[in-house]
Amino acid sequence: MMRLPRFRYLAPASLPEAVKVLGDLGPEAMPLAGGTDLVPNMKRRQQTPANLVGLRGLAALRAVSGDAGRGLTLGAMTRLAEVERGPVAAGWPALARAAATVATPPIRNTATLGGNLCLDTRCSYYDQGEEWRRSIGYCMKREGETCWVAPGSDRCWAVSSSDTAPVLCALGAEVTLLSRGGERRIPVAELFADDGIRHLSRRPDELLTAVHLPPVEAGQRAAYVKLRRRGSFDFPVLGVAARVRLSAGGTVEAARIFLGAVGSRPQEARAAADFLVGRRLGDEEVIREAARLAAQVAKPMQNTDLTLGWRKGVAREYAARALRELVG
Amino acid sequence: MEAPLVTLQSGPREKLRLAFAVNGEERELLVEPYKTLLEVLREDLGLTGTKHGCELGECGACAVLLDGELALSCLVPAVECGGRAVTTIEGLRDGPELHPLQAAFADHGAAQCGYCTPGMIVAARWLLDRKPDATRQEIADALAGQLCRCTGYQQIYEAVESAGRVLRGLPPLPPVVAAVHGEEPHGR
Amino acid sequence: MADDREATPRPGPRALDDDRPAPRPGAASPAPGLAAVGKPLRKVDVRGKVTGETRFADDFTMPGALHMKLVRSTVPHARLLSVDPSAALAVKGVRCVLTGKDFPIAYGLMPVSQDEHPLCNDKVRFVGDPVAAVVAADELTAQEAAAQVRVEYEPLRTIATPQEALATADPRIHDYGDAPNVHKLVAFDFGDVPAALAGADQVFEDRFFYQGNTHLPIEQHAALAWVDPDGRVTIVSSTQVAHYVHKAVARALALPPARIRVIAPPQGGGFGGKTDPFNHEIVVAKAAMVTGRPVKIALTREEVFLCHRGRHPTLMRMRTGVKDGRIVGHSVETVLDGGAYGSYGVASVHYTGALETVTYRMDRYRFRGCRTFTNKPPCGPKRGHGTPQPRFGLEVHLDKICEKLGVDPAEWRIRNAVPPDTVVANWMRVRTTGLVACLEAVVKASGWRERRGRLGRGRGLGIAASSYMTGAGISITFGDLPHTGVQLLLDRGGGVTAFCGASDVGQGSDNVLALIVAEVLGVEVGDVKVVTGDTSLGPVDLGSYSSRVTIMMGNAAIQAAERARDRLAAAAAAKLEVPASRLCFAGGRVFDVEDPARGLTFAEAVQRAEAQAGTVGTVGSYSPPTPTPRYKGGGVGPSPTYSYSAAVVEVEADEATGELSVEKIWVAHDIGRALNPVAARGQVVGSVYMGLSEALMEEQEFRRLPPKLSRALVHQAPSMLEYKSLTFHEMPEVETILVEEPDAMGPFGAKEVGQGPLLPIPPALANAVHDALGIRVDEVPITPHKVLAALAAPDRRYGPAAFPDVPWPEPLLVPPPWEGGDGKATNERKRERRLPGAKP
Repeated sequence: MMRLPRFRYLAPASLPEAVKVLGDLGPEAMPLAGGTDLVPNMKRRQQTPANLVGLRGLAALRAVSGDAGRGLTLGAMTRLAEVERGPVAAGWPALARAAATVATPPIRNTATLGGNLCLDTRCSYYDQGEEWRRSIGYCMKREGETCWVAPGSDRCWAVSSSDTAPVLCALGAEVTLLSRGGERRIPVAELFADDGIRHLSRRPDELLTAVHLPPVEAGQRAAYVKLRRRGSFDFPVLGVAARVRLSAGGTVEAARIFLGAVGSRPQEARAAADFLVGRRLGDEEVIREAARLAAQVAKPMQNTDLTLGWRKGVAREYAARALRELVG
Repeated sequence: MEAPLVTLQSGPREKLRLAFAVNGEERELLVEPYKTLLEVLREDLGLTGTKHGCELGECGACAVLLDGELALSCLVPAVECGGRAVTTIEGLRDGPELHPLQAAFADHGAAQCGYCTPGMIVAARWLLDRKPDATRQEIADALAGQLCRCTGYQQIYEAVESAGRVLRGLPPLPPVVAAVHGEEPHGR
Repeated sequence: MADDREATPRPGPRALDDDRPAPRPGAASPAPGLAAVGKPLRKVDVRGKVTGETRFADDFTMPGALHMKLVRSTVPHARLLSVDPSAALAVKGVRCVLTGKDFPIAYGLMPVSQDEHPLCNDKVRFVGDPVAAVVAADELTAQEAAAQVRVEYEPLRTIATPQEALATADPRIHDYGDAPNVHKLVAFDFGDVPAALAGADQVFEDRFFYQGNTHLPIEQHAALAWVDPDGRVTIVSSTQVAHYVHKAVARALALPPARIRVIAPPQGGGFGGKTDPFNHEIVVAKAAMVTGRPVKIALTREEVFLCHRGRHPTLMRMRTGVKDGRIVGHSVETVLDGGAYGSYGVASVHYTGALETVTYRMDRYRFRGCRTFTNKPPCGPKRGHGTPQPRFGLEVHLDKICEKLGVDPAEWRIRNAVPPDTVVANWMRVRTTGLVACLEAVVKASGWRERRGRLGRGRGLGIAASSYMTGAGISITFGDLPHTGVQLLLDRGGGVTAFCGASDVGQGSDNVLALIVAEVLGVEVGDVKVVTGDTSLGPVDLGSYSSRVTIMMGNAAIQAAERARDRLAAAAAAKLEVPASRLCFAGGRVFDVEDPARGLTFAEAVQRAEAQAGTVGTVGSYSPPTPTPRYKGGGVGPSPTYSYSAAVVEVEADEATGELSVEKIWVAHDIGRALNPVAARGQVVGSVYMGLSEALMEEQEFRRLPPKLSRALVHQAPSMLEYKSLTFHEMPEVETILVEEPDAMGPFGAKEVGQGPLLPIPPALANAVHDALGIRVDEVPITPHKVLAALAAPDRRYGPAAFPDVPWPEPLLVPPPWEGGDGKATNERKRERRLPGAKP
């Protein structure tokens, strides 16, 4: 049986206490939300915080408020199973869809939206047991020197594998980060950095407390298409999230496209989005060209499931499928 | 505002008090923080009906109901279960009679080696509690976190459908037997 | 008492023409009148499985048990210079550390491959080879301390592939084998195939590759050992073969076999992955002896991947000559990647050629097989053992041949099916065969004739057929002793206890035992208590593999039950004053068939028999008929009878991405008789599932880091998440048809069902992909990138381009039956033989 390493467990009773504890302990502590990412990582000794700060008792992190007209604020501990349904499904179906594709039903019953955003980056040289990693001399992300995906590289190429992150980026959502020093609210896209190791701009003393969905605009359409091997369990090897605002006549007025799982953070396909503006989605030529442009930002590495060449090759097709979904 | 410092904390080698309800019975014990709910159920409470196949959330064998929701006991630190209600396979039946799902799994051949079966039945219970007339697609969606290497899943569909009927007050489905060459196929 | 023993026959070799059991009541008799056989009853052991009460190996514990962790090699190939346990011993809670020094004796499954040490002595041969064991008060402490064991290695060059093995004379992974880094070479000519090809109308050649994959039982291996107060070393382990563990422990620990007891509780799936005796089973026993405490080990999922013994990656070349639409000569060459140890490998390599002949007529047959050593976890038997690979090749090869010949591949198979009661080219004896019936059944059910080739681009149908053994004709380790035994004890309350060494891996063998005994004795199935999987509590059964338990244990159970019935009949006859021949056993009674009211309850009959001649206990045993082949190597492949299967797969292929979605599978299986039609269907669908999972995604693949930077050679994805297997979403509906033609060899006519239906699935899928897109993927698994690559290739094919040069030995020349001869090789004495030098 795989066992967790020993750690000190703390269960703060309030948000202020939680951020105080995180502030006091700094990098020695990690917050524990659903645990569906952190617990396996700890069992494989990829992450071995000396202290776990359990957030279960903090009801404030479960609060949901707002609606499609005003925008919705979801406490970071909102479970993915809840994101699949309710107000999110009604107003932001692409996000609900993304949440519904994460892992498996029991994991979605436990995993949280905040946790999915803060998901550790993944890599087939890193998501392995301690002995396996010792057998390869470890890797840059933990205990080693080399990035085995790109041995000449001076950075880590582990992959952002969240399904909800690219959708939240495309929707223009924001997150609140709370620390002893106060709180700051930043666009979700700015939560991520292009580095497999330091992939979050969240500081260790900060707690991600809430996700803010902007109001649904007239003519807003969004889609999420996920590429993976099986219909369950699997992380994305490509996720295409697109959000557009259409005029009454069906012309694209605004567009944002993000690709997930093809870099250390969600990759924005700006050229594709810019190309769409002023054009009509019903035109298959438009979709093909936008998909071609979008696929250009996909820079997959050989560190996930399925072969690199194939993933590169089908990115265009999957981008096109996401865009076709916008047509409705 | 003045909040209590921390409601609960342990040293790395200290045990913490855990009080929770397991299959309707209040249990109280001291647990190491590193132990998951799976380990406490199997090792501290002797409830070995809950199985494990990976301990990483990748197979579904350890599924239990946690406050009525399907959850993987291998991913939940036991210390996070205080005050909660856990239902394991042992808690599915009350008395000697099998739960309709257990009876259906037995009758329809849905348990071969039987190792994924506790998790599978608990997951099916979670589904049927909400949707006793679940369609095949809904069964697949709900059970998609449970791996089985024996059955090819087909007889599990049939068992869940049959149990759903019983829970709705309808007679169970007869077990499907294979068509025999030269005869009219029975069943579907 | 003594009469039973005296009545026990000595099953042994029988004459070739005298190997059919005499007709007996209950065996292969017409179905009417059977009370339990053929009925969709609950399995006797299923209640515990649905309630969670069934105890699997890891559910056992003992008061005061210690926990063990193995320290495994982190290098793929090295001399082991030193193992220093001092730091680990200093960890609080650690009780002892064992190393290779504690295990000087090698063991192994096959007598010719005693090449493993419970803990490595002088060398490590793959990442995961165990070098030390740490025993501590709890598992976490053992795990923490295991990381403190210091191991010094002197790395050796790593051999990663069969091609490298064939090209590397030094270093050698083992100092035995048919060539450096070649474990086994076999070569047979059943008639002059080159001459046949020269005279053929057309000659076809193909190369195929079947990737390795693993069993992935949901239950991980676990073992608990203790020394009983009576001094007996007792091991509870998740093994499919308690007696192999018993034998290996006795050998490796130099213990008297009489002082070892191995208990095999029901396994949470095995599929062949728990048929080898494993190092951890031996080490945990030693740890219990050393500490005087119960010791437990439960492997992690990653360790289960390292135990492996799964499907051999196999490269194949096939050549076939066709004249007037029939096969005049067929040649198969195989190269197997065996991994680091022998395991069942000698049998595995033979199996890649042995069953090539039992489906379609072929005049002459040539087989060459080669198993190499590589620095990877050892391969061994997985469901279908050695035969799914050549079956994939043959069935796809035939599909291509039929396409060239312009004939319907289903029709060709039906026309060329081996008829019943045939001794085929390599001297395997086919008795009953449902091959044609299976083909006709899936053709009809799938609408093959109307729908094939007419489903539009991207959708297709493919067909394939196959055959598998119903138990192996020769025992690997026990020579001429019976392959199984069943012992019955009848009690005064009318209860019957059936003891047998077989253990239930999920296939339902406990149920088969209870069912057969109940049927013969006319009692309810629930009145029979089975005690299985315990070397101290039942006669030897060779275990749950090679589809042998139903036929072998079943026949032994019939024999034991008939002997019990005879004793009861004699006693009841005396009491009732009717001739024993008029007595009938049914409904829990023993009565006069001419006057059914005149009778005894079963319990009364037992009491009368006990009063007459003492405790009522009987035994039965079974040995398969003498194999027809008489050449060396002909012991692999013979079976009391063969099962047959056929399948049609319907696939939807996405031309843009290469992704495949299997929409439906029709499968027909020649089962002889279904003892339990619900359980039998479950075995068929489960086999189809496993075949499809292999065909679509399963891969035991390895990763070698850039050699300049690293010596690493590691399993690519030793996890349930990244080793992909089908979920509910990918598994299509399977329509199952059972072909029932009782076979005189089987209990009540039953043949195997647990493995055969896997075999046609991978080739049927490949053939369906061809029907859908016009491409050939000559590899398993058929992944999306291979489909796209084939679509882009000029020859519309994806598959191996080359076949390595292998130093084949001089072949054994065995004329097929119709070319004279007697099943012996004509050159056996003359042939230069390389003796496999046993490792000291």
